[in-house]
Amino acid sequence: MTEPFTRLTAVVIPLDESNVDTDQVVPSRFSKLPIGPGHERVLFHDRRFGADGSPNEDFVFNRPDYQGAKILLARRNFGIGSSRESAAMAVWSFGLRALIAPSFGEIFFNNCFKRGVLPIKLPEGDVDKLFDYLAARPGAAITIDLPAQTVAAGPDMTYRFDIGAVQKMCLVKGFDEIALTESYGKAIADFEARYDAEFPWLRVQLGASAR
Amino acid sequence: MARTLFDKIWQRHVVTQFEGSEALIYIDRLLLHEGSNHAFRTLAAWNRPVRRPRSAIACADHYVPTVGRERGLAGFEIVANRDEIALMERNAHAHDIVLFSHDDPLQGILHVVAPELGMTLPGTVIVGGDSHTCTHGAFGAVAFGTGSSELAHILATQTLWQATPQRMRIIVDGRLGFGVSAKDLALAIIRTIGNDGGIGYFIEYAGSAVRALSMEQRMTLCNLSIEGGARGGMVAPDDTTFGYLADRPHAPKGADLEKALGFWRTLQTDDGASFDREVRIDGSRVAALASWGTNPSQVVAVDEPIPDPANEGDPVRREAMKAALAYMDLKPGMRLCDVPINCVFIGSCTNARIEDLRAAAEVARRGRAVVPAYVVPGSRSVKRQAESEGLDRIFRDAGFEWRDSGCAFCTGVNGDLVRPGERCASTSNRNYKGRQGPGSRTHLVSPATAAAAALTGHITDARRLGPAAQ
Repeated sequence: MTEPFTRLTAVVIPLDESNVDTDQVVPSRFSKLPIGPGHERVLFHDRRFGADGSPNEDFVFNRPDYQGAKILLARRNFGIGSSRESAAMAVWSFGLRALIAPSFGEIFFNNCFKRGVLPIKLPEGDVDKLFDYLAARPGAAITIDLPAQTVAAGPDMTYRFDIGAVQKMCLVKGFDEIALTESYGKAIADFEARYDAEFPWLRVQLGASAR
Repeated sequence: MARTLFDKIWQRHVVTQFEGSEALIYIDRLLLHEGSNHAFRTLAAWNRPVRRPRSAIACADHYVPTVGRERGLAGFEIVANRDEIALMERNAHAHDIVLFSHDDPLQGILHVVAPELGMTLPGTVIVGGDSHTCTHGAFGAVAFGTGSSELAHILATQTLWQATPQRMRIIVDGRLGFGVSAKDLALAIIRTIGNDGGIGYFIEYAGSAVRALSMEQRMTLCNLSIEGGARGGMVAPDDTTFGYLADRPHAPKGADLEKALGFWRTLQTDDGASFDREVRIDGSRVAALASWGTNPSQVVAVDEPIPDPANEGDPVRREAMKAALAYMDLKPGMRLCDVPINCVFIGSCTNARIEDLRAAAEVARRGRAVVPAYVVPGSRSVKRQAESEGLDRIFRDAGFEWRDSGCAFCTGVNGDLVRPGERCASTSNRNYKGRQGPGSRTHLVSPATAAAAALTGHITDARRLGPAAQ
């Protein structure tokens, strides 16, 4: 279960970088931490903190304007790379609830929904305008309306985004997909019975004869 | 209606569709590693059992050390890694999942072991808790990686909600030149489409140069699909595929095999099937490539000048190039063959199969390593095979270190790290900032190029080396 996500008005951190990979979001040495509490600190750990553990004042996350932010704006290819779900968990633990970028690494994109974070793909031109808007107003808030599938910055800028029906429903209601899937229990069992009859060779008992 | 290879497999696996959006896809095979411990925690929180334990296998690969393995868990210098392996053993045991742990004679990298065992079969949907699960597309399977919540969902239900991707076909005409490998081809493709070119797509690799690849080369090619942004990539199964599968422990036999072959031979894209995007590459023009930057699209031929960001029209790419040059301590116009390296890694799920080691050994026998060079076989089966062919002796005689199997220097989580500021010529798959250790600098290359780099101390096109000394 995650918190239901409907409307969010919050400060935005503008991370003006492309190709932010999940090794940067959570360095691999932290990826064995049980996913849960403690992930706030590991988010962008090696960018936010120096070798001695003190905050790196130059990194946008540490600037006073953006304290309490719940939205992150980034350039192309955010979250590419490894499938580590700790990256999405760290985003949530830090307090971020939505991410906006022109494109995302697809595994990270899907992981976000599982951890109560809404990733929003907007056309690059729209993202450019949001960066410009925020550059002129550091610390400004924008509004995301998930039921309406819109992002609004000030009175004049409203952008619509697409989202999968399952992803939207689970986030709006704050529940795990597993409950939805299990409502299709009979369909899965019927599929499996037909499938096993059609592809008997796939039913080999894996591992039984390997050693 | 004419259908693509992807559609033929995908459509067979759709259990239902939700409001015309995501499909609930049936999953044939599930691949787990130490990181999948997170999924078992989620499963426990949901209080659900594993629906079909024998559809899964687990391998200890990310956290195993590559030296001192004869000492068992006591040989693990990183205690937290030892604990993760022990936890994985408990999870596998509790759920009756077949595990190839650190001390198993069949242990290895998940994406090397599953094909070796004949678990990876054409026409299946294979999901793994690792982004390089796309490797298995080489067999004409739909294979992709997921995070731990989706893994837990599959463990519990054998299904997954997925948006249907768009289809891209990459046709590689002609033939790869002498000494040019599937790794070079994959890097050439990513250079062409960009590291985001594949986002939203599933790729089919086709054309004469792809058909000519061995299964191991196809695995290298498909392994790098995710580095081009795609969830996965695949090659239609053919006699090369069926030949590889013959006599694998879990591949079908006898009457099952006859039935399977009848189905597998239908797994081709129909003439006239349409793709959302098609890319053509001339295989004969692919050179020995190496990455200069911090994403796998930033590659050049070994003797080609590093590009100047000033000539890049796209502002986002230009900024990424500048940042990469600064991190890598390189300048536009430099050639990688002139830049000294500090170490060499031959291994990973991209390039640690027997053909990769043969290609590297063929180069290694021509000289002696002048920098530390680590050879990490992709599995213990590969290691035994290499030793039976005397490859370990060739590597050792040339001053390379011959190690035990695992992911090793590709991710560094097992403690095999490249030191800050050092440059590694690496046959792995990611050259991200700090990927091989904080401050490390990675140059992605083929096994032959890596071995040549070990002999010269510079990234070197193996075709330019002289013949064997002896």
